[in-house]
Amino acid sequence: MAEYLLLILFAAPLAAVVLSFAVRSSRLSEYVTVLAAITDFVISIPLLISALGGPITLAHNYIQVDPLGAWVIVCISIVYTLASIYAIGYMRLLNEDERLPLFYGLFSGFAFTMLAACIMNNVGVFWIAIELTTLISTFLVGFEREAESTEAAWKYIVVVSGGISLALLGTVLFYWGGSFVLGPSYAMTWAALHKAAPEVYPPLLLVSFLLVLVGYGTKAGLAPMHTWLPDAHSESPAPVSAMLSGALLNASMLGIARFLGVVRGASIDGFAHSAVVGFGIFSFVIASLFIVRQTGIKRLMAYSSVEHIGVQALGLGFGGVFGVAGALYHMLNHSLNKSLMFFGAGNAMRAYGTKDIPGIRRVLSVFPVSGTLWLLGAVGIAGAPPFALFLSEFTILRAGIGSRYRWAVIVFVIFLIVVFIGFLSHFRAMYFDEATEQEVPRLSGTVWRTLPMWLAFIPLLVLGLWWPHSLWDVFARICHDLMGGAQ
Amino acid sequence: MFLEHVNPLQASIFSSLAVVSLLLTFVMLGSHWLQNYVYAFAVQSWLIAALSASVGYFAGYPELYVIAVLTALFRGLVLPYLLMRIIGRLNAKRELHAVLQPSSSLVLGALLVMFAFVIANHMNRQSFLAAHVVVMALTIMLSMKFLGFLMLAVRDEAVSQILGLLVLENGIFLGSQILVPGMPLLIEIVILFDLLIVVACFGMLVRFLVVHAGTTSSRQLNRLVG
Repeated sequence: MAEYLLLILFAAPLAAVVLSFAVRSSRLSEYVTVLAAITDFVISIPLLISALGGPITLAHNYIQVDPLGAWVIVCISIVYTLASIYAIGYMRLLNEDERLPLFYGLFSGFAFTMLAACIMNNVGVFWIAIELTTLISTFLVGFEREAESTEAAWKYIVVVSGGISLALLGTVLFYWGGSFVLGPSYAMTWAALHKAAPEVYPPLLLVSFLLVLVGYGTKAGLAPMHTWLPDAHSESPAPVSAMLSGALLNASMLGIARFLGVVRGASIDGFAHSAVVGFGIFSFVIASLFIVRQTGIKRLMAYSSVEHIGVQALGLGFGGVFGVAGALYHMLNHSLNKSLMFFGAGNAMRAYGTKDIPGIRRVLSVFPVSGTLWLLGAVGIAGAPPFALFLSEFTILRAGIGSRYRWAVIVFVIFLIVVFIGFLSHFRAMYFDEATEQEVPRLSGTVWRTLPMWLAFIPLLVLGLWWPHSLWDVFARICHDLMGGAQ
Repeated sequence: MFLEHVNPLQASIFSSLAVVSLLLTFVMLGSHWLQNYVYAFAVQSWLIAALSASVGYFAGYPELYVIAVLTALFRGLVLPYLLMRIIGRLNAKRELHAVLQPSSSLVLGALLVMFAFVIANHMNRQSFLAAHVVVMALTIMLSMKFLGFLMLAVRDEAVSQILGLLVLENGIFLGSQILVPGMPLLIEIVILFDLLIVVACFGMLVRFLVVHAGTTSSRQLNRLVG
């Protein structure tokens, strides 16, 4: 049963890639991509349920679907679905109809590699999957083929390839450490590394862990390795920005979460958590300062992604049921909310013909409906109730209060206020400031561009008011897997 | 670990291959000419292939011969060929505005190697006869990392940046041949192919850079800040 689910999960985007490239019809590739994305979303939920019954292992232990991986698959396929619907409305505005099949082919390929990363049980193959996501998304970042987007694509591939090579070094060192315990040749699974970790010479284990943390942290956008992120997120087409922010960062966080699981119980466990907390709080502080003085609308969203990835890292670093559950809930909520924000930003950018916040004024008079959704999304992403991010941030705060990182909680709370004021003051200016020059924007939102905003907004509100008990069970289960049932 | 049983001759073969590879990184660091980088990289890859083969022979891992052949073929021939094509297309023969003079980057590189040695020394607790090979492998692995990042930092030309990334990977590959020769074959092969795709992607991107950004020097890629 689970095998078939997995087969469909990967066959759908693959079919979309093949059809987009083979038929080369832009309309067909649009609909095939949406169809594949919806299929993936529908499949991902029974997959999560069946993974809860016990990890599904396939292909000589190279593939394993555990609850954590299945959860990230759910988050990724949600963003894939929303972004592919939005892409129909957005990409048609670019007037590059003949290149659309290429776009959708890459788009589904990107989703495919991210989904593949989630089920890799072999640490080396996981690294390869993450590397492939970079290679495919580079061309999506540079898709608009302007000077800025090409520059962003170049910086993206150089910085991320450099960073991810550190993760490869860390992986090799992990393997070497394990070879003292498990013999010179063994299958490099997460479980094997975890089994060997307590016996490995601590300094070696520490260096290995820091290397993978910096490596996957680069890909996840943790400061100070986040430098590629604002460029890539702001210069790529809006649906791609949503995928980068809402899906790719999750896939990389998965690597960090799994390596935290690997060193659990080893002598460096405490230090590893402190390092993750340190990167998390640093990302949060850096991002909030940049949010305050930002002038580009999509760069604002990009720094907000750095901030929220920092929050997720804090949750994982604080640990405990609350920390892990908060981080995972935050992952879902951030995926929904950031997609909504990038969709709104894409609409505004296209309508006003500028990426600069000062050029965007009186949004509500142009977009009465989608503008309202965007504003509510901004309130949500700044961490205010009744939206879902408030709940997950609050849970992470609770985890922090009970841990030995109270100082981090204090810094976190102070900068949450900074983010709240900084982020919303940009929105106040865009919505309620007088326009300096009266310029009538050209287009209003079509259904394709408004529908995904509703689809992101409604669950965001619902999850903010009601944390389903079944989700709590999922998180408790994942926490049990990661933390060995402690706490 | 197989190094516990190597004799001094074998240990010195491994060491000398690894050390010459490290020296070739310094050749790249000390030269202005893009072609020299590529030649040094090609020779380095051949040395790593020889290292794989010799580890395979002495330690009894026949699958390492496959790795050796593939390394020589891909890293030693195909990648340099692709890089030469990129250089030919760019019409950029030398690095014009390096942030650091070659002499200063050599000194900095030497300091980084010492730093790498200090870290490597802390990471090792083996104390058998050939343990110095372990420390050396770790040192070279880490120092090629540092040198690769140094090249990325002080060089502007797109080709130098690609080569910097390739040096990062060569370092890992070199070290892993000595430290973990038993690493599953599949992974090493996939990583080799992955590298090929990386360079192909870079090649395409360089073309976009020329057409759309009008430059291949990262110094001029300064539109996106803040």
